[in-house]
Amino acid sequence: MADAAGIGLWTVPLAVLGGAMRVSTPFLFVSLGECITERSGRINLGLEGTLVMGAMSGYGVSYLTGSPWLGVLAAGVAGSAMGALHASICGLPRVNDIAVGIALMLFGTGLAFYLGKPLIEPSAAMLPSIDFGWWSSIPDVRAALHINVLFLIGVALAPILVWGLRTTKWGLIVRTVGESADAARAMGYSVNHVRLGATTFGGFLAGVGGSFLSLFYPGSWNEGLSSGQGITAVALVIFARWNPMLCLWASLLFGGAAALGPALQSVGMTEGYQLFNAAPYILTLLIMIATCSPKRTLIGAPAELSITK
Amino acid sequence: MKADVGAALAPTAAKQFLREAFQPKIWRVAEYVVIPALALAVSLGLFGIFVALFGKNPLDLYYYMYLGAFGTWFSWQNTLIRAAPLILTALCTALPAQLGMVIIGGEGALLIGALTATGMALAISAAPPLVVQISMACAGMIGGGLWIMLSGALRHYRGVNETISSLLLVYIALAILNFLVEGPMRDPTSLNKPSTRNIGAANMIGNIPGTEVHWGLVFGVIAAVLSYILIYYTVFGFAARVAGGNLRAAKVVGLSVGKLILVTCFLAGAAAGLAGMMEVAAVQGAANANLAAGYGFTGILVAFLARQNPLAVIPVAVLLGGIGASDGLLQRRLDMPDASVLVLQGVIFLVVLASDSMYGRFGWFKRKAS
Repeated sequence: MADAAGIGLWTVPLAVLGGAMRVSTPFLFVSLGECITERSGRINLGLEGTLVMGAMSGYGVSYLTGSPWLGVLAAGVAGSAMGALHASICGLPRVNDIAVGIALMLFGTGLAFYLGKPLIEPSAAMLPSIDFGWWSSIPDVRAALHINVLFLIGVALAPILVWGLRTTKWGLIVRTVGESADAARAMGYSVNHVRLGATTFGGFLAGVGGSFLSLFYPGSWNEGLSSGQGITAVALVIFARWNPMLCLWASLLFGGAAALGPALQSVGMTEGYQLFNAAPYILTLLIMIATCSPKRTLIGAPAELSITK
Repeated sequence: MKADVGAALAPTAAKQFLREAFQPKIWRVAEYVVIPALALAVSLGLFGIFVALFGKNPLDLYYYMYLGAFGTWFSWQNTLIRAAPLILTALCTALPAQLGMVIIGGEGALLIGALTATGMALAISAAPPLVVQISMACAGMIGGGLWIMLSGALRHYRGVNETISSLLLVYIALAILNFLVEGPMRDPTSLNKPSTRNIGAANMIGNIPGTEVHWGLVFGVIAAVLSYILIYYTVFGFAARVAGGNLRAAKVVGLSVGKLILVTCFLAGAAAGLAGMMEVAAVQGAANANLAAGYGFTGILVAFLARQNPLAVIPVAVLLGGIGASDGLLQRRLDMPDASVLVLQGVIFLVVLASDSMYGRFGWFKRKAS
């Protein structure tokens, strides 16, 4: 790598830093959405499928209309539909939300591959990014500091969601349903309706996260686009203790881990980089091993959540 | 109470007693057949509508699906070849389900089983074929078994959710497969498609005489029957079902839940690992990226459709294998994308889960003997 010679070994940490901001965006959106869904006492494992659906529909609409932002919106709508589907099936009596999530994972990826077949060839309009690296003359620094607008929106969204959950009426209702469905029912709120809303909102954000994959980085539509980002993000919510702000930091950490493989590849490492591609998953597992415990319920866990009960 | 028993002992009353004891049971079993069958019919209907939206004739779809799956002897064989790994990967979900665990990492265990089996075959390739084959099967089962046992151990000792950990392990297994196949284990002569060295034609597992179907199907059926016996006719299976029904009760009566979880997860992973070994030793001949064909994920659907019953897994695997087998015909004759099968599988999965709320709703299934 001739152009990397100027900053030598700093290429890798710089690429990881830039990658962290780039790669973390889907993690961030999916985990923020899932955070709200789980605070209402239900887990949606199907966000992997939602992410792929969002990527496909975002890419398709951007290609057809020429406007990437309409694509982002379409991705959100497709994600909401997937979320609403999850919630309405889970609303039936005696249906397990984890199983429905697995089914939606398969359904979402299948449907996206089916509908996305004609989209593999054409190229769609991409999302714009803001150049924060104008002050530097080193191309690597500039490349790392090309920051997408969606990432900034996600960063802004995290504190807003914390505030919304803590202080607004809606936040209180969602938390009540998640902590004690009986209490919510006694207050006259429909548990199913609140969870429908929370899951639909979660699906919307996951869909938007998917559109980032196809419309910015890696920035194309193909069937290998998402490999487990959705499910990693679900695990990340547990690590982040159901707190949107912690979701942000955790997403950055995971983004950095996921950027490690491509960064090493770019400096000419040709062997063993496949193992670094597994870094985010290994990191997730290690973090879950370190933070979970068989003896006590996790701090901050919504009491109605099936996986921590 | 005494009067009841007395009446049951009288000859005519005894018949009545037997009828009352068994007839409702038959109807209950009927419920477990009729509702999934209806769910399947509804899914096919929904898929027909979906396909019609894209301008294809649903009746053509059903005809070609039948033709590609069960229409000819050739398609039957294709179906059965696909059913073999599905039976085994479905057991990977169905066995832990007895303990109330949702394991969805069959694909990972399949890949690891395939890798360990290939490694074993390449290490002792000079040995007699039978020895190689048996060692491969053992290596595959141990590799896959330990892989899923890891999920079980994390659940038991650290409280890590087994659904998420087993799925994460799929991606880790895939990275290991890619690393080994493109790196240390790569056959230098495989240029376009990285692959390990071939295990050798002599070491391949042959076909059932008179068919093109390899012996994996027989091993799958044996594994399913053994699992059924293990769960319903042994003390171990009884203990597992007690722990699955009520974990607290199981601990109170002194069952060692940890041992149950670890052994069950090992057996589950061993089944999927055997599927991986079969794919290498009967189909691929070497380990390569083709192994990640999604059998592990379809196996989850098979297990849920069979309501986690190891015997019911066999016909359901044949059915889902048939849907997979019809894929080629649908692509050629109806010009449908290869993801059609995935969509149909997703629809079936969703409808089957939604139908869970139907059990016990129909008085029809509870009808009394009188």
